[in-house]
Amino acid sequence: MGVPTLAVWKFASCDGCQLTLLDCEDELLAIASRVKIAHFVEASSEIQPGPYDVSLVEGSITTAADAERIRQVREMSRTLVTIGACATAGGVQALRNFADVREFTSVVYARPDYISALATSTPIAAHVDVDFELHGCPIDRRQLLEVIMALLAGRKPNIPAHSVCFECKQRGNVCVVVAHGTPCLGPVTHAGCGALCPAHRRGCYGCFGPMETPNAGAQVGLLRAAGLDEADVRRAFRTFNAGAPAFIELSRVTAGPPPARGPRDIAGR
Amino acid sequence: MHVRVRAGAVEDVRLEIYEPPRFFEAFLRGRQHTEPPDITARICGICPVAYQMSACLAIEAACGIEVSAPVADLRRLLYCGEWIESHALHIYLLHAPDFLGYTSALELAKDRRGLVERGLALKKAGNAIMELVGGRAIHPVNVRVGGFYRAPAKPEMAALAEKLHVALDQALDTVRWAAGFEFPDFHHDHEMLALVTPGQYAIDRGTVASTGGLRFAPAEFEDYVIEEQVPHSTALHARLAGRGRYLTGPTARYTLSGKWLSPVARQAADEAGLGAECRNPYRSILVRAVEVVYAVDEALRLIKRYEPPAPCYLEVPPRAAVGHGATEAPRGVLFHRYAIDAGGLITSARIVPPTSQNQASIEDDLRRFVADRLDLDDQQLTWQCEQAIRNYDPCISCATHFLDLTVDRA
Repeated sequence: MGVPTLAVWKFASCDGCQLTLLDCEDELLAIASRVKIAHFVEASSEIQPGPYDVSLVEGSITTAADAERIRQVREMSRTLVTIGACATAGGVQALRNFADVREFTSVVYARPDYISALATSTPIAAHVDVDFELHGCPIDRRQLLEVIMALLAGRKPNIPAHSVCFECKQRGNVCVVVAHGTPCLGPVTHAGCGALCPAHRRGCYGCFGPMETPNAGAQVGLLRAAGLDEADVRRAFRTFNAGAPAFIELSRVTAGPPPARGPRDIAGR
Repeated sequence: MHVRVRAGAVEDVRLEIYEPPRFFEAFLRGRQHTEPPDITARICGICPVAYQMSACLAIEAACGIEVSAPVADLRRLLYCGEWIESHALHIYLLHAPDFLGYTSALELAKDRRGLVERGLALKKAGNAIMELVGGRAIHPVNVRVGGFYRAPAKPEMAALAEKLHVALDQALDTVRWAAGFEFPDFHHDHEMLALVTPGQYAIDRGTVASTGGLRFAPAEFEDYVIEEQVPHSTALHARLAGRGRYLTGPTARYTLSGKWLSPVARQAADEAGLGAECRNPYRSILVRAVEVVYAVDEALRLIKRYEPPAPCYLEVPPRAAVGHGATEAPRGVLFHRYAIDAGGLITSARIVPPTSQNQASIEDDLRRFVADRLDLDDQQLTWQCEQAIRNYDPCISCATHFLDLTVDRA
């Protein structure tokens, strides 16, 4: 077998997840010596035809043309890995899924008739088979390296599925909920960032999306006890992973105690 | 990109951008006034701090809050990190390979590994600022309306300064290296527009100024700048009311604020042969290199006098008002406007990024550029147009490596 080939693809996104690959400043040249980066338009004008051993896919599907393009990418890819909240959950642009996209278009564009966009922003897995999903908005650099190394070695990537709370304890952070009553999505959010927000004395805002089996009732109760009202809770779960099924469910939970101390929001106000 | 040629002359050039719309201005409505820094960061993974800073200024203006000088300094330091990271990325990984005849930095590294390692080290220094002050290199978590969640401790800043002293030498070497490139002879006469803060190179605030003598406050931005939609692109096109196309970005900043560079950055610019203004888009790589020197130097100055601000943020209670904010993103002026209600919910939002402002000028330059190269075959022309577009570092970097050129020569 020759040198494995790697392709990087962009759909509706901010480019931040593919930038994470270029942010591996200490490892990038070593990676490039072990894989042939055959298709990465952000970084190279040399484009080699498929098939590719591994495709990293960033972004969500928001146009009919992209729905077709992802099928072609799938056909050309032996292993397809989605990277980031857009590709795994539809991204922040999935907020349109809860609204009227025609009304959205008329707000942004003077001539909505020039714009063609689907009514929803959907994850890649809603369109084609995906071999592995790496979460985060953006993804974590160390986790990306782990996925690439694992694929090169032909093993399963070691990406824990537990919550941010585990990482928070491992890091030795003071719990912002217990110590300060700060609303925090850590108990239901997928680990991977290293508990960055609590380390900066703010509550987790869920940018890695839901953990595997979140306890919805308990989480919403905690948020309500921290002073969030129903609208605050809904907004908290409708951000960068708004389209993730578990967060959709959490955004609709209305039970829980009433606000104890006036309205607060997840940004820590 | 579509070019129409008739009777040996370029009749039309259109840069068609298919970036799928994401509707940020629409879904920001109904969000809390504390949310735009986190939400709008997601517009661009390469310059999230620019979005966070313009958003903070606009909302603080609406709420009648001005942050303390030490918090403003810490924001400027964070912004320096983004300039270094973004410019190093563009210079080394996207732009320099064009001048040296390589398809990518990875190909360049096979022959000149040390060069690419220097670029990556410089980029890493920028990210080190982003990680310490912002909490994360991409989509920083530490920025909030009113300031920062956590102020870095002095020993952390001292460790950062050590890295930046090394980066300053790398940045100066970058300017000397880029000064040796061969720059095609190409000049434009566009009006150039940037923020200015007399006495200091503008980054995190300023008055809008142009080479044509315009001066106005960010709050007046929409009186002067008109955004229009064109059928061939999802990117809006901006022009100055009653005046027409204009250019924003590093060369505009340099032309309007070059005299306020720090001594070490000014000297680097002089030695590189940059004059009082820069109107050759190819030389923008030199201007970016000089701005990296400035950003590293400025970061060191800010760290030297750093005391952790206490408090590191102000509470920003909402009130029903409209606020405007503009800062200098790596690619040029970034304008935000928010209207919020008494409870802090956003009722309307408007964001004007640099790329849409430059679109008309880029197309105009390409028109003249192609006219001089009609004897090239389509493949050669495509390659040269890709390079010409990369000069502007548009926020469509992917598209510039994937230029689908159609030349209608009938």
